Amino acid sequence: MKAKIHVTLKQGILDPQGKAIEHALETLGFKNAANVRVGKYLELDLDERDRAKAEVEVKSMCEKLLANTIIEEYRFELT
Amino acid sequence: MNIGVVVFPGSNCDHDCQYVFRDVLGQDVTMVWHKEKSVSGLDAIILPGGFSYGDYLRTGAIARFSPVMEAVKEYAEEGGLVLGICNGFQILLEAGLLPGAMLRNDSLHFICRDVHVKVENAATPFTGACESGQVLKIPIAHADGHYYADPVTAASLKANAQVVFRYCTPDGCVTMEANPNGSLDNIAGICNAAGNVLGMMPHPERCAESVLGNDDGRMILASVVERLKKRR
Repeated sequence: MKAKIHVTLKQGILDPQGKAIEHALETLGFKNAANVRVGKYLELDLDERDRAKAEVEVKSMCEKLLANTIIEEYRFELT
Repeated sequence: MNIGVVVFPGSNCDHDCQYVFRDVLGQDVTMVWHKEKSVSGLDAIILPGGFSYGDYLRTGAIARFSPVMEAVKEYAEEGGLVLGICNGFQILLEAGLLPGAMLRNDSLHFICRDVHVKVENAATPFTGACESGQVLKIPIAHADGHYYADPVTAASLKANAQVVFRYCTPDGCVTMEANPNGSLDNIAGICNAAGNVLGMMPHPERCAESVLGNDDGRMILASVVERLKKRR
């Protein structure tokens, strides 16, 4: 099973990288783009066939290491 | 006194800490490799600055799982003095030994220059040689020094006098202009509720000798030694 994990700063936490990218997009003429948020994407192979167990395991990985839940939120999909 | 300096892969201020405690302050120093599982026999522990594990994932996120950190946690719980400087502060946050988290500097720049900090709490083991409200000039060198805590945590830090250093102007005014990285409430350093664990972004070990033009940082490291002497 493959886990695809997205980690982003929580809403309400200033994302200066996102702001800088937003300004760059604006400069390039993409006037419709707003609220750019930068995050991390991680993917990993999981030696687990049971979907429920895989979910528990990936959630635990996110809570313990992959995201700092004080400032970040995460979501993932299993395929 | 025997001061332990933890060495993670990527630490780069470990020898500066060793030098100041050993050669400037005349103490014994033990370098503690991050794979060590025990920190017994040490009178204080320093987590030095640097880029442990290349700052991969988040600053301090991987170092906190080094074997030595379990021992450091126990040491702190038993009341041992732990000082985290810069990356050491980031590691203490990730390890949950101090509350809050670090974000990227709001300018996005890596900032390496002298800043001024106001001593907000001179009653900690790390600030005993300072006066309350004293202004110290100490350099910072970081890209992720924007301290963040949720409103409840921030309020409890304030209420318990856990905010130890705040960025200020040379004459001691805590202003937005004096805040180099966007830190909440100009916070440059905090301690835990018990007061025996301190994290700070500025580098006192880089300004601890008058021959270098500035020895303000010496007061912080000397405070640790003085406190330990009183304990004995």
